[in-house]
Amino acid sequence: MNIDDSLVRVIRLKKYFPVYGGFFLRRRGWIYAVDDVSLEIKQGETLGIVGESGCGKTTLGRCIAGLYKPGAGKIVFQGQNISELNSVQLKAVRLKMQMIFQDPFESLNPRHTIGQILKEKYEIHNKILPDMDMEISGLLEKVGLSPDAMAKFPHEFSGGQRQRVGIARAVSLEPAMIVCDEPVSALDVSVQSQILNLLLKLQMEMGLTYVFISHDLSVVKHISDRIAVMYLGRIVEIADAPLIYETPCHPYTNALLSAIPVPVPGNRKKRIILKGEVPSPENPPRGCRFHTRCPFVQEICINEEPVLESVKNAGKNHYVACHFKDEIEFHT
Amino acid sequence: MANDKIILKIRDLVVSFNTESGKIRAVDGVGFELEKGQTLGIVGESGCGKSVTAMSVLRLLPKPSAMIESGSVEYRGRDLLSVPVEEMHSIRGKKISMIFQEPMTALNPVHKIGKQIKEVYQLHFPEMTKNQIKASSIHALDRVGIADAGKILEKYPHMLSGGMRQRVMIAMALAPEPDILIADEPTTALDVTVQAQILELIKELRQKLFMSVILITHDLGVIAENCDYAVVMYAGKIIEKAPVNKLFKNPCHPYTLGLLNSVPSLSIKRKTLLPTIKGMVPSLDNMPGGCRFSTRCPLVKDICRKEVPHEKKMEYEHFAACHLLDSIQET
Repeated sequence: MNIDDSLVRVIRLKKYFPVYGGFFLRRRGWIYAVDDVSLEIKQGETLGIVGESGCGKTTLGRCIAGLYKPGAGKIVFQGQNISELNSVQLKAVRLKMQMIFQDPFESLNPRHTIGQILKEKYEIHNKILPDMDMEISGLLEKVGLSPDAMAKFPHEFSGGQRQRVGIARAVSLEPAMIVCDEPVSALDVSVQSQILNLLLKLQMEMGLTYVFISHDLSVVKHISDRIAVMYLGRIVEIADAPLIYETPCHPYTNALLSAIPVPVPGNRKKRIILKGEVPSPENPPRGCRFHTRCPFVQEICINEEPVLESVKNAGKNHYVACHFKDEIEFHT
Repeated sequence: MANDKIILKIRDLVVSFNTESGKIRAVDGVGFELEKGQTLGIVGESGCGKSVTAMSVLRLLPKPSAMIESGSVEYRGRDLLSVPVEEMHSIRGKKISMIFQEPMTALNPVHKIGKQIKEVYQLHFPEMTKNQIKASSIHALDRVGIADAGKILEKYPHMLSGGMRQRVMIAMALAPEPDILIADEPTTALDVTVQAQILELIKELRQKLFMSVILITHDLGVIAENCDYAVVMYAGKIIEKAPVNKLFKNPCHPYTLGLLNSVPSLSIKRKTLLPTIKGMVPSLDNMPGGCRFSTRCPLVKDICRKEVPHEKKMEYEHFAACHLLDSIQET
């Protein structure tokens, strides 16, 4: 792989969380949130991460943003392994990578004005400018808010406006990358498209790289260049966005796609309804993790875990973890 | 239209809430009809009054802050808003059932599933014996696709997954085989693959039990795939209602159009700007005069700010409330 254009490389990342319980709250087991994930994020692209709840997409995003320390494996950001850095070094790296959170109600301090919230970033990183107010009002305009928002408190804004403040905070010190964790899930449809447009506009203007985490496949498809599909802590398929939708190779991707309700009556694709629900990440199934719900399950799937490999008949950079990736054909 | 086909008829419903900033109207003049065996969808953004409308059908609105000011909800020839409380008890949960968005908060966490289903039977069918109730409970759980129903009866809600809890909720709601099921965002808290399961289940049971369903959602995709008739609400008013095919093929109201366009879909090129509806929903205590959508409408004219538009019939069963329908139709 070409190293030059990659901004982030995630190498065999693992992140487990302990589960405590029972007598004296001893450790009872682990939640295998992210289990052996490798991927590469190129400069200026948007990598979409999709999956259902509990698949580890948020944990992966937080590890990439340096908010969680990886249990094992490496995260290389601009040639620097951030999993080995101490807190002072990490602070300098954080300047370059920012995060936007799902809940615009909880990610802003309710007792600070918008001005204070945005200024705090500059203070933390010792970047105070002589005309801070000018800077902040410029920032607010950039995200489509009026400069008098500065003196207001978060509760005076609607969800969409608060998300704009969150975005302003993320882009304020010109980061290289932003991890967006479900940035539009809490918003209404008409506001959602406004925020997506804003993210696209900022990417074009500032050359940002996005990691876009969402459970909504139509949103991810719209904004991403490449998409990684996760299931129980593993990546099951990763490819360029159009390929994922046109020629999905993993049965899970295919089922996930067919489950999206389309706003066109009558134009219904054949729906694959998966049996059961995602097993607990505390005790993932042996072999292929999807075998308990897979409609094509065979003996080998129960015993052997498939590896993420490129597909014969698909375009390049299309990787799938399935024993039968070359045999199964889906018609979408 | 034959009148006996209609099972629920809501007329001019007005619901207001007393708040610190005065009285606000959450639902203002809503009316629609539900046919037997039909699935009717109510779609709209948060605060548009879709849930309040559903709650008023069952008289579940919080007292004393909410007040139904006028209107009627006619079910089998009776106005549910004026029947005595005792009669309401025998309708609510037996003839008209409701399921909610969050199955965790809707189930009692300290009682076993079995006990909670038993309550439904004890309340509505006091003549049933213990054994009959047990057999019926198992049957109710079987019907919603829960394997091992006997075991589930002994479990507490927290031991079940989100999808399972929603199945239990549906089992409880459908235990007395109601005429109408009101589903308020039943799949919003669930994952897509589980959402597909639950919607399929509701569809299947609707046919099996020949009931009518009111499905409340913010997802236009869910409406398109599951409903026969759709009602679009905005800021407490119905702005458009039509059979689903017509609504999606020929949306008349600028808001419906905007809503349909702002969903990222297959036809829009990737990474291009999406069409949006500018601004946001005005708050209920600060509604614009005239048409409530006038502050955000791309086609707004003077008349929109002055006069409230009335519902106009477009085609058979297709209504919209907008002053500019004629000019929109031409373009």
